[in-house]
Amino acid sequence: MRDVAVVGIGMGDFGELWEKSLRTIWAESALAALTDAGVGEVDLITVGCMAPGLFVGQEHLASLLADELGMAGVPAARVESACASGGLALRTGFAEVASGLSDTVLVTGVEKMTDVDGADATYALGTAADQEWEGFHGITFPGLYAMLARIHMQRFGTTSEQLAAVAVKNHANGLLNPHAQYHLKVSVEDVLASTMVADPLRLLDCSPVTDGAAAMVLTTVERARELAGDRPVVKVTGSGLATDAITLANREDLSDLGAVRKAAERAYEMAGRQPKDLHVVEVHDCFTIAEVMATEAIGLFERGEGGPAAEKGLTSLQGKIPVNTSGGLKSKGHPVGATGVAQAIEIVSQLRGEAGNRQVEGARVGLAQNMGGSGGSSIVHIMEVA
Amino acid sequence: MDSPARAWREFPQRYRLEAAKCTVCGKILYPPRVVCPKCGASTFETITLPREGTVVTYTVVRVPPAGFTEQTPLPIALVELMEGLRVMVQIGDLADPSDLEIGMKVRLEFRRVSWDGEAGVIFYGHKAVTA
Repeated sequence: MRDVAVVGIGMGDFGELWEKSLRTIWAESALAALTDAGVGEVDLITVGCMAPGLFVGQEHLASLLADELGMAGVPAARVESACASGGLALRTGFAEVASGLSDTVLVTGVEKMTDVDGADATYALGTAADQEWEGFHGITFPGLYAMLARIHMQRFGTTSEQLAAVAVKNHANGLLNPHAQYHLKVSVEDVLASTMVADPLRLLDCSPVTDGAAAMVLTTVERARELAGDRPVVKVTGSGLATDAITLANREDLSDLGAVRKAAERAYEMAGRQPKDLHVVEVHDCFTIAEVMATEAIGLFERGEGGPAAEKGLTSLQGKIPVNTSGGLKSKGHPVGATGVAQAIEIVSQLRGEAGNRQVEGARVGLAQNMGGSGGSSIVHIMEVA
Repeated sequence: MDSPARAWREFPQRYRLEAAKCTVCGKILYPPRVVCPKCGASTFETITLPREGTVVTYTVVRVPPAGFTEQTPLPIALVELMEGLRVMVQIGDLADPSDLEIGMKVRLEFRRVSWDGEAGVIFYGHKAVTA
């Protein structure tokens, strides 16, 4: 395998972007990444997008978007793994460059979610669950994670206050991210007083519905060194992908995220790294309980210790291991197909030393964990300063 | 998704709780599959699931998806019907959703699950009620 580097990143503001269409937000972020990289041509475009057919009534997306950028003729492929579609787009690009099939790949993620109303958005997101044996009964994504939270609470004593601490931290980080959907300081009391969505998860335990796009350019480390100038070159040193039963009823252990654990193990093995080597981490906090369980599954904390760790501030910007410095899905927003790419962009920004007010000093090794559905798929990438 | 064909082909599982028992290793699959995920065999006999079970975990959905707005708040649980066999079902007839708890004994009853979709299909299946 060839060594792969990230040579350009680009994303616009996340939020309710009513004045812009999917293709517009996508092209803006793609162009920003190509400009950042100093690259005009690519061998492949990957597009992570979960459900354009349901959200904007558009399939055949990769070709449409290649043309939108004036790149009709260039190979382009949409990949989908629900909310992990962006991570899958990154892994696909990584594999193409590593294998030598492509030299330079434009990796993108996008979701336009506010062209439909709330009930239709809830339905579209619900298609990431087992529609015949879960969706049939009216369960929603907050509902599925609420079921996982109940089990985690019963088995480990995780509390609503600990979950609230995750929201408080991520909103505090989001205040420092100009691209974040919410610039909103929240307290534990605010979270605990917010509307119940699916017991025990409240509105401020949930990530929002968001429009957004994110893009990055991958190439060989050799070419990256030529293009980077004085900036640090960031290598992708580990990539892990794993699946689990998407139906909760068929999961062996509902107190852990098996796909996340496996994907992380695979990424650590490829990179020759361990959890203790990490300086900065982005995890898939679609719900506060998801961050707690993900920090356990990627090995930052023992099982059952994710909640207490959040409450003690171990994952805050000044903590032992900063988690979701971008504000996470919770505050930055969660345009599902874009999320995995946006997470990786945050890690690249941190490793380049370009993260501004939220910079983790001396960050040289970072990890991004993206997750599909209620944990039916997960993709983990480890990136390092070359 | 609410097509008559889809509703019809799921009748055996939804209406009669039919499951597949692997004739080689004995694993019970609900819904039935083409291949046993435990041993890889692909011959099964049809069995009927028991109706009594225990709540493994639960939630009360307050913000429902399209098609369930009239049934909110909507209590839903994972119910273990036998060792290692769990089903997701709504909990019916609860005066107060806060009465739900892990370990609660429940019984499955044939009920109307949802209705008024675009195709006008009325979906029946099983809900759990306090045993």
